[in-house]
Amino acid sequence: MAFYLTYLLIGAILFGFIAGFTLFAVYSERKIAGFVQDRLGPMETGRYGSLQTLADILKLIQKEYITPAAADKVLFAAAPVIIFIAIFLGFAVMPWAPGLAPSGLYLGLFFVIAIISVDAIGLLMAGWGSNNKFSLLGSMRAVAQIVSYEIPSGLALIAAVMVAQTLDLREIVVNQGIQTAEHLLLAGIWDVTDIGGLFAWNVFQAPHLLLAYVIFFIASLAECNRAPFDIPEAESELVGGFHTEYGGLRFAFIFLAEYAMMFLVAMIGVVVFLGGWNTPLPNIGAVRLADWTTGLVWGIFWTLSKTLLIVGVQMWIRWTLPRLRADQLMSLCWKVLTPLAFLCMAISGIWRVWVMV
Amino acid sequence: MFKTTLHAFITAAKGLAVTLAHFFGARRSRGMRDVRKENYFDQQEGVTTVQFPKEKMPIPEVARYQLDVEIDDCIVCDLCAKACPVDCITIEAVKATDVIGKTSDGSVKRLYAAQFDIDMAKCMYCGLCTVVCPTECITMTDQYDRSMTNLAELTYAFANMTPEEVEEKKREWTKFQAEKEAAKKK
Repeated sequence: MAFYLTYLLIGAILFGFIAGFTLFAVYSERKIAGFVQDRLGPMETGRYGSLQTLADILKLIQKEYITPAAADKVLFAAAPVIIFIAIFLGFAVMPWAPGLAPSGLYLGLFFVIAIISVDAIGLLMAGWGSNNKFSLLGSMRAVAQIVSYEIPSGLALIAAVMVAQTLDLREIVVNQGIQTAEHLLLAGIWDVTDIGGLFAWNVFQAPHLLLAYVIFFIASLAECNRAPFDIPEAESELVGGFHTEYGGLRFAFIFLAEYAMMFLVAMIGVVVFLGGWNTPLPNIGAVRLADWTTGLVWGIFWTLSKTLLIVGVQMWIRWTLPRLRADQLMSLCWKVLTPLAFLCMAISGIWRVWVMV
Repeated sequence: MFKTTLHAFITAAKGLAVTLAHFFGARRSRGMRDVRKENYFDQQEGVTTVQFPKEKMPIPEVARYQLDVEIDDCIVCDLCAKACPVDCITIEAVKATDVIGKTSDGSVKRLYAAQFDIDMAKCMYCGLCTVVCPTECITMTDQYDRSMTNLAELTYAFANMTPEEVEEKKREWTKFQAEKEAAKKK
């Protein structure tokens, strides 16, 4: 009994975190957009507009559920739930700190990649169920894009997994810091097992993973339908894309899923490539910075700050780069990212066999 | 292909540098808001937003916003009402029996302004009325921030005569006319 209570509690905590993060992220997104465009962003609700998103969500919660007359009622109602749950379940295996992960799955990374893909089904349900040409176009684009970009992102992750030799996210993180039982080499030359910090991260252990990380980052932007890959909801051509017909709490859930996805893909990148909860500070002789800044609270702090930094970069990119055309999007995926990801994977194999022996 | 990709990354990086500069430039606001200043366009960084009800942009005194009428200078010639493309000025004149005074520029007033209404909801701020006015009594002011809850309140009445006064002046005029007629018949 207590077992199930713990499950529920963990789920509730994670949901609370996602909701809180979304409120914060929408606010910061609007502020960043404002600053980038020499504006102020929200300023009226609360001090410096800090209560703006709270007011927004209150408004969305109070709204009526409107289902279009010609919509497929079941699909229409189920889609936001499926979209959100697909993302929400991805959080189940993400490690937050040493020994702190909602679920310790040995196939953690595989599970995350698989469960995020369910998102595409939800998007297609939303688009088809709305019975609206814009929604359908948007969801077709979304699915085409997500399915295509899963290939480079998956290959980039495999490149890292080949170096890490495990799919267990907890172990992948442990092997990027001072707590590891393995032998860590910076760029395959310098022994950093005891130094840790920045140098033990996967991207520095095997430098070609830096390229893999860039590929993963670009592909992850496309997977969470964010600019410059936001053609599924291109508001200038498709009204709102797959969520054109949604309003109220259903729309809130789609929005929640979008921001949760941003956090999740940023966190996957951080865990697999950027050391997860490991500190960026190295041990320098007697100054044991890495030892001092490793622990439960520090772990959560590092995970959060690294992930939020990546989310910040996602927002920065959104407000800088214009949207790609659908054909440019596909040619970027198939002609640039996928070959490069294969190259990374090949280098990983060579690296593992010849350098990390 | 490789060249295009490289080019794409370089241009993306340039764009990101620009937005980052603006992002950090937004820590301060553009202090100077007065477009009349010489070096106004030298400022290229910082927040441009003017938080309107709390802050206001400086505007010249002769700005062309809402209309104002100096009714004492008005000779009720009706030119402004005729010039108005949207017919937002309504003037009703009552003739006076004699010269009733002079405007500040020396024009002789022979008409009472019984009604001088300007419907600001209709006004399109073209300024044609101010151009035709012979005594320059109708002017555009620097007032722009006036909102009303009732549409009728946007009709500004500039005539300062009470209905009784208007009635009296009308009576005087009819009486004067009648006397004139009588004098003619004799």
